[in-house]
Amino acid sequence: MTAPRRDGEPLLRFEDVGRGYGDGPHAVRALGPVRFDVRSGELVAVMGPSGSGKTTLLSLAGALERPTEGRVLLRGRDLATLSAPARAALRRRDIGYVFQDLNLLPGLTALENVSLPLELDGVRLAAAREEARAALDAVGLASLAARFPDDLSGGERQRVAIARAFVGPRELLLADEPTGNLDSVTGERVLRHLRAACDGGRTAILVTHDPSHAGWADRVLFLRDGVLVDEAASGAGCLVRVEDGP
Amino acid sequence: MSIPLSLLAILSDRSAHGYGLKSRFEESTAGAWPLNVGQVYTTLRRLERDGLVLPEEGEGGARQTWRITDAGRTALEEWFGTPVEDDPPARDELSIKVLLAVAADAVDVTDIVQRQRVATMERLQRYTRRKRAADPERELPWTLLLDALILKAEAELKWLDLCEARLAERGR
Ligand SMILES: Nc1ncnc2c1ncn2[C@@H]1O[C@H](COP(=O)(O)OP(=O)(O)O)[C@@H](O)[C@H]1O
Ligand SMILES: [Mg+2]
Repeated sequence: MTAPRRDGEPLLRFEDVGRGYGDGPHAVRALGPVRFDVRSGELVAVMGPSGSGKTTLLSLAGALERPTEGRVLLRGRDLATLSAPARAALRRRDIGYVFQDLNLLPGLTALENVSLPLELDGVRLAAAREEARAALDAVGLASLAARFPDDLSGGERQRVAIARAFVGPRELLLADEPTGNLDSVTGERVLRHLRAACDGGRTAILVTHDPSHAGWADRVLFLRDGVLVDEAASGAGCLVRVEDGP
Repeated sequence: MSIPLSLLAILSDRSAHGYGLKSRFEESTAGAWPLNVGQVYTTLRRLERDGLVLPEEGEGGARQTWRITDAGRTALEEWFGTPVEDDPPARDELSIKVLLAVAADAVDVTDIVQRQRVATMERLQRYTRRKRAADPERELPWTLLLDALILKAEAELKWLDLCEARLAERGR
């Protein structure tokens, strides 16, 4: 995103956002109203039971859905006012999305899946492949780059989808339960990677059921029945006695 | 925590004097459970009385060094060889508080659960920050301790979710 960064302006703002489906007696309010900001460089986790609106929140943030109430602002711009091509470009270039059901293309190898968004964005093939390889390497999958999704385990597919969301200059990463199939060591590795990306200036929203994964976030938002009920923010101090390690 | 067995574990490597035992214990356990030197000397005298350690020849006083005996090694092997059984469970303030709140009609349990969830998650976040800063290779005890604390906090959070869900079902 090339818009100049104005101080104090959040990267993402949910302004009393709601999303309903259907009407009349079948109307459901999947989310809302919710109000929160995400600042640049933050890692925010969202937790809540199934059906509490986590995926809806993320798809609104990623301009995959439009709110039925309120506004979603990215760098101060209302996503609902963007033209369809502008929204498509935003999703290709600025927002990396890890879908709950991954959405990997079965006819492409892991490397090609990761490289595709760059190629679609006009990056030269060799450069795109090189970046894609680095992204796979960062999630520990360099050796499986030539495999097709069907020949990977659930956890490996998840990591390919994460690499695809990370590749390129995307500054907002939206991940919908991306660590569900990962063992604790691999899960921690992915979270360290995500954390480092945010420390390096990227911004991420992570939907997760794993408290120990949410623990990597600066803030944890708790959703219940479509509304935010609580927020945990990592402060200073620690119950472990030693102040700075041994 | 068993201080006598912890001291035997440290002496099983090599002999040490009282202050050395204190610092090696704290080093091995990432400083989470500080010992005072007085406690160490009292424990050493008890271990000597039971034939599990012996004072070594040479300097006395504060520089007095101690070594483990064969009986001490046997006791230590038995300790390492016996799985830890937290049954009946140690008294746990959170469980007790929530159970009593459920029993007392006037108390809003959901409120207690929500407050606790935020506090526990923030504790988990602080531990994770520590883990981020730690080098798992050079600081293995510290990393393992943080892993344990993080997973305990995780269990607490999952339990709070269950409490909330069961209370909601009961409320219907
Ligand atoms: N396209 C849709 N049509 C109707 N209801 C929907 C639709 N998408 C989501 N919902 C409903 O909205 C609620 C929140 O869904 P979702 O955001 O997927 O929750 P979560 O990701 O937390 O499990 C659920 O009750 C779900 O059934
Ligand atoms: Mg979902």
